[in-house]
Amino acid sequence: MSGVDTRELARRLRRHAVRMTHRAHASHVGSCLSIADILAVLYGAVLQVDSAWPDRPDRDRLVVSKGHAAAIVYAALAETGFLPVEELDSYSADGSRLAGHVTRTVPGVELSTGSLGHGLPVAAGMALAAVRAGAGWRAICILSDGELDEGSNWEAVQFSQQFRLSNLVAIVDYNKIQSFGSVAEVSDLHPLADKFRAFNWGVHEVDGHDHAALKAALTSPAPLTGRPTAIVAHTIKGKGVSFMEGELAWHYKSPDEAQLKAALAELEVGA
Amino acid sequence: MRAETIDSLTAYARMNPDVMLLTADLGYSVLERFAEALPAQYANVGVCEQAMVGIAAGLALSGRRVVLYSIANFPTLRCLEQLRNDVCYHNLPVTVIAVGGGLAYGAQGYTHHGVEDLGIISMLPNMAVACPADPHEAMALLPQLLERRRPGYLRLGRSGEPELHRANVEITLGCAVWMRRGTDIALLATGPILGRALRAADELAKRGISASVASFPTFSPLDTALVREAASSHRAILTVEEHSVEGGFGSRVAEALLMGGHAPRFGKFGVTDALRGRIGSQSWLLDALGSVEHHAQALL
Repeated sequence: MSGVDTRELARRLRRHAVRMTHRAHASHVGSCLSIADILAVLYGAVLQVDSAWPDRPDRDRLVVSKGHAAAIVYAALAETGFLPVEELDSYSADGSRLAGHVTRTVPGVELSTGSLGHGLPVAAGMALAAVRAGAGWRAICILSDGELDEGSNWEAVQFSQQFRLSNLVAIVDYNKIQSFGSVAEVSDLHPLADKFRAFNWGVHEVDGHDHAALKAALTSPAPLTGRPTAIVAHTIKGKGVSFMEGELAWHYKSPDEAQLKAALAELEVGA
Repeated sequence: MRAETIDSLTAYARMNPDVMLLTADLGYSVLERFAEALPAQYANVGVCEQAMVGIAAGLALSGRRVVLYSIANFPTLRCLEQLRNDVCYHNLPVTVIAVGGGLAYGAQGYTHHGVEDLGIISMLPNMAVACPADPHEAMALLPQLLERRRPGYLRLGRSGEPELHRANVEITLGCAVWMRRGTDIALLATGPILGRALRAADELAKRGISASVASFPTFSPLDTALVREAASSHRAILTVEEHSVEGGFGSRVAEALLMGGHAPRFGKFGVTDALRGRIGSQSWLLDALGSVEHHAQALL
């Protein structure tokens, strides 16, 4: 995917996400917009995947543990050739394969998720498989910040340092908002980067909307030799649509006609 | 039956390098033989059953067949949602071995009594559930679970379970086998408690009651054909299990009988609420439930 304009890709993903959640009257548009840039950089410039051969054995594995961001994940797969772009209109519809949480029946999806705290252990197992096979591919997992309340993640964090899974990358979408309020109010994660460091992980701390920084973190050598990498990506929930940015309500609401129109206007080229 | 099963697994894994064994830091003095023989196919992931099941799913999604090993409720109830979502929903070749099933760790307390596992695990999609009665059944079923390349559960006792079969009896996943044939009552048993059913049949014979005994090495899918055959040829049926009688083997047999249009006199011998909170050896706890022959005789 070299040569892809990842900023343009991110803009397109955001437009799909607001349209899809509007059409399906679905929740979680804020969670989708939060990771638009992360997905655009991954699919546009980092992941070694092949839409013509989704199960290619030497592909990189992307596990999206925050399965509620399904709309934008499907959008990323559609924009990169894994499924027809028109199929995005069926998101959450009766009988559709595009379920409201990320589902593996969609080409390019590695793991069905939706219950939090499942993705990182599975990604760690994938990374272990590559290490034991002497294969060069990586396992990359996108987690939400609220999801880190689940203890199963920290089991996997501990396991992965013990087994020296340097081919494992956990990207935390640290938008500072979880279901009931701010992360600081509900279950404070600060200092998050230090938590990973204390578990012997290498850490990059980046602006999760800065494509150059994301790309550098995802392609530079691991910050700690022989250990897994955490990328603490500081993000804004709802990023790209001014009235959704930093607003808890957009974890739940779907945009109505007027809000869709306003959102798409903000997401025009050059806007 | 633990050691025999791990020997069987080691032999199988030696021939099949895609097979991996994970433990959540249990199996001291049992798993070393595998770990030493096949270190590249072994991992002790630490005391973390939820992550262990997820890791197994990740390995399985990457082409491995994975066997998990732990005690009773730890690789089952502790990580039930990981089994449901990560393994069974994805229909992955992951086989869970739980040792100390039933009341094998009876004196260790209720935390270690594995008496709801069969019913709960058998509800999960794509799952085959095996509950062998002796080392022969266990060693026969393990490779069949692995060959199936789908989710599996193998519930084992601990150690020292006697051989109950003549060595040449063929054990097939999904099939029950008659151990002895009588005419009055059929005792249908799953797991090592089969030994009690066989002794009960001897005792009943002394009292002039002719009892059949069948072993169900597979809990799910249930061999409903044998259940119905038993109903057709006996006045009464007693199920015998080292598991809660609520939603366990007896409940499944009762359902099969009703669905098949049979209504024999019917009883369930197994773990009841009377045992909750009681501790003691496996045999003492099972004795506390009363005798199998008494339950059988009460039906006639």
